[in-house]
Amino acid sequence: MRRSDLGEFEEVVLLAVAVLSPRAYSVVIAEELERETGQTVSTGAVHAALQRLEQKGYLRSELGEATPERGGRRKRLFTVTALGGRVLSEVRSVRNRLWDRIIPQTILKWS
Amino acid sequence: MNPNQPPPPPKWPDRLLNRLIAPHLREEVLGDIHERYALRVQRLGERAARRTYWREVLAYVRPRFIRREQPKHPQPTNTTMLRNYLKIALRNLAKNKAYSAINIGGLAVGMAVAMLIGLWIYDELSFNKYHQNYNRIARVMQSATFEGAFGAGSHMPLPLGNELRTNFADDFTYVVMASWNGEHILAYGDKKFTKQGSYLSPEAPDMFTLKMLRGTRAGLKDPASIMLSESVAQALFGNDNPLGKIVMIDNKLNVMVTGVYEDLPYNTEFRDMTFIAPWALYVSSEAWVKRAQDNMEWNNNSWQILAQIAPNATFDAVNAKIKGLRVKHVPETAPYKAEVFLQPMSRWHLFTGWDKQGNLEGRIQYVWLFGLIGLFVLLLACINFMNLSTARSEKRAKEVGIRKAVGSVRSQLISQFFSESLLVVACALTLSLLLVILALPLFNEVADKQVGILWDSPVFWVSVVGFSLFTGLIAGSYPAFYLSSFQPVKVLKGTFRAGRFASVPRKVLVVVQFTVSVTLIIGTILVFRQIQYAKNRPIGYDRNGLITVAMNTPELHNHYNALREELLRTGAVVDMSTSSTPATDLNSQNIGFDWEGKDPNFNAQFGTIAVTHDFGKTVGWQFKEGRDFSRAFSTDSAALVMNETAAKYMNLKTGSPVGMIVKWNGKPMRVLGVVKDMVMGSPFKPVYQTVFMLNYGWANVINIKLNPKESAPESLAKIETVFQKFNPGSPFDYKFTDQQYALKFAAEERIGKLASVFAILAVFISCLGIFGLASFVAEQRTKEIGVRKVLGATVFSLWGLLSKDFVVLVTIAFSIATPLAWYFLSNWLEKYEYRTDISWWIFAVTGAGAMGITLLTVSYQSIKAATLDPVKSLRSE
Repeated sequence: MRRSDLGEFEEVVLLAVAVLSPRAYSVVIAEELERETGQTVSTGAVHAALQRLEQKGYLRSELGEATPERGGRRKRLFTVTALGGRVLSEVRSVRNRLWDRIIPQTILKWS
Repeated sequence: MNPNQPPPPPKWPDRLLNRLIAPHLREEVLGDIHERYALRVQRLGERAARRTYWREVLAYVRPRFIRREQPKHPQPTNTTMLRNYLKIALRNLAKNKAYSAINIGGLAVGMAVAMLIGLWIYDELSFNKYHQNYNRIARVMQSATFEGAFGAGSHMPLPLGNELRTNFADDFTYVVMASWNGEHILAYGDKKFTKQGSYLSPEAPDMFTLKMLRGTRAGLKDPASIMLSESVAQALFGNDNPLGKIVMIDNKLNVMVTGVYEDLPYNTEFRDMTFIAPWALYVSSEAWVKRAQDNMEWNNNSWQILAQIAPNATFDAVNAKIKGLRVKHVPETAPYKAEVFLQPMSRWHLFTGWDKQGNLEGRIQYVWLFGLIGLFVLLLACINFMNLSTARSEKRAKEVGIRKAVGSVRSQLISQFFSESLLVVACALTLSLLLVILALPLFNEVADKQVGILWDSPVFWVSVVGFSLFTGLIAGSYPAFYLSSFQPVKVLKGTFRAGRFASVPRKVLVVVQFTVSVTLIIGTILVFRQIQYAKNRPIGYDRNGLITVAMNTPELHNHYNALREELLRTGAVVDMSTSSTPATDLNSQNIGFDWEGKDPNFNAQFGTIAVTHDFGKTVGWQFKEGRDFSRAFSTDSAALVMNETAAKYMNLKTGSPVGMIVKWNGKPMRVLGVVKDMVMGSPFKPVYQTVFMLNYGWANVINIKLNPKESAPESLAKIETVFQKFNPGSPFDYKFTDQQYALKFAAEERIGKLASVFAILAVFISCLGIFGLASFVAEQRTKEIGVRKVLGATVFSLWGLLSKDFVVLVTIAFSIATPLAWYFLSNWLEKYEYRTDISWWIFAVTGAGAMGITLLTVSYQSIKAATLDPVKSLRSE
């Protein structure tokens, strides 16, 4: 599996889907990311990332229920596929291994 | 409104996104941004939410959301069906190769003929339109009724031009005096050419709106100037600038080039006018013209007058004003109802003549004739097309049944048959365009035209495409509407049978085809008979080995005897003489003749030709009575020889005019002899009464009789050396009289050739048609023939059975065509005074020919069907 398949934003979005599952859709993901990062995140950007991830097979989607604030329009709910889960954990373990090898003094200097 | 309900977001993004976002994403996208907006309003308040809203919206403007969903079924059913129709149509064409070839080929030939004729007619109708003042230019003409016969001509007296210019200044923008377009020698340095050109008033270039390539249209103001056409300038000067160079006309007039104009196109009256010299130069250099101008000679009709009427004037109004001018100045013409009138340029080409009652006629008749022929040939092709497609379509009844059974609705079947016939028409159209391109060079040569396909003319394309659509729809209408109405049950059960009268329209169409073809054949035969008849006419002189050389330089005029002796000494020449016109052209007719016993009210008019002593021996005229001019009698200088018609025309009580005195303008001349009629004018007209007088000064051509014992090229080379000696300033240009004589048939031969080509094509198309029909009938009756053979029918009787129908049809067609052809052709022959008669054998031959061709065509199919093994034809079911 090529690492470049998963961009940084995509990785965050994928994680968010995993967190918010089974009620993950673009609006709540965008809100969640805004809250977590403190930066403005547009629904469109999230939606585009979701579509890319779905194309890659890391997500699957189905249409959910409609609400009044959506003007009676249905939402598209996303869930992480098994493939998506494996990719996420692999990314995580790579990171963890690298973190583990950092000498503790270095981390102290930063903070 | 519910207070918990947040205010709705602004409207404009919805509209924008509704248009931009792909339909399958619209719901979730719009839902998302609305929900996000609602959340922002709750959290930040409405104003902040509105501020950030546009960013949300723009975040969706990206290809990912705009790109439309790929349809799951890429081809809609509609085009699938169309593809099926096309496939079936192509399979049908490929399966019946012979029918397809006949169908497409016949239609293509018909369309090609129609296109060629259309182009020809277009060219005829656009004649002279090159001149921008086309609608206001006219030729001044005069008419008279002479002995009950109306005649009109454009030879005008010189003073009339001035009269029109000064007294009718309000009615005319330009009045242009013009000499006749004639051959002149143009020389620059050692380059000499004989070129055709005219002397015109200085306004002419403006009137003709010549496109000047160099210089201006005002170039003829100075009498010593000349304007050249592009091609002449190219010939004389190559690529040098001709402006300001000095050119010599006819070895005597030095003129300066003041302009070069674009060559006049081939379909203009003045296409041969390759240079223009000023009228003033003509007057000052030609003594007889100067005399006519100084003495105001109203009786000398030798020139053309062209005019452009003023913008506010009309031809009728101007005609009414000027019609009396001739009688006013020449009162003697009053009894002949002499009138001056304008002939508009739009009529020059197509209405060139008048019949004896004064009705216009001319080429327009041929435009009508060929238009009609084109239409008929096209009609024949269409009939073929319809006949064959209807005949074939009955074979497809089963297909219709199946299609209906699996769910075709009638409109689909209709569109299927239409698309099929349109496909065939499209093939034919392509093929016909190809044919036209191939045939155009030949056609142009025969028709003396320079037409091309009007690739860039929308009218052309609209008419071509419009016609194709029309043919396709008409031809496709029968199968489309008739076949599509079948009940599938009947068709598939096999109980369907074409009605007894289903073939009646087809038979009618075959009769129409053959009527047209037979009429065309009879017409063509008669045209050629008429030409041959006129060609066989005794012409009264010997044109073999006779050549004429124009006398266009002063050197030739003064050395008659020396030149003649020199020529005779070469041995290449039997005799030489000069005359005022060549033997193939009578261009001078005069009144003012008187003789003893003449009815004082009879205003005699004779053709007048000046000759020398040797003229008779040169052209070989034949005396009926009296004698030729002779040098032995000095009194012969005041004598004349006349032709037979002239002797009859004088209507003498004594019978023979020989020895009488005839006065011309008071000058007495003795009649020496009467010669047999010489055909100098049109070979289709009676010979004009003509007198020949001795006059060495009035000479325009040299007639030379070549020695028949020597080869013509050698003789001509010898003659040329003599001419170079006497006339070094000009090129040696000669014309063979027999060729000049042959030119008189050019118009008729052209029509004959075109008509025969069209007639052959018409017959060809008709034959294609019956060939197809015969094979269809033979195929349809295969079983019947098989049964008959089993029961003992002979091949001959079967052949008769199958051919009988067509023979009946052709007989009917022939009996319709005969009176039709007779009526039209006797009308056509009327206009020739010297004409052949319509003999019965023409009809007999044509009828036999048509029958023979029909039998040949049909026999191929019927014998093939009749010799077929009945076992084979009966076994298959």
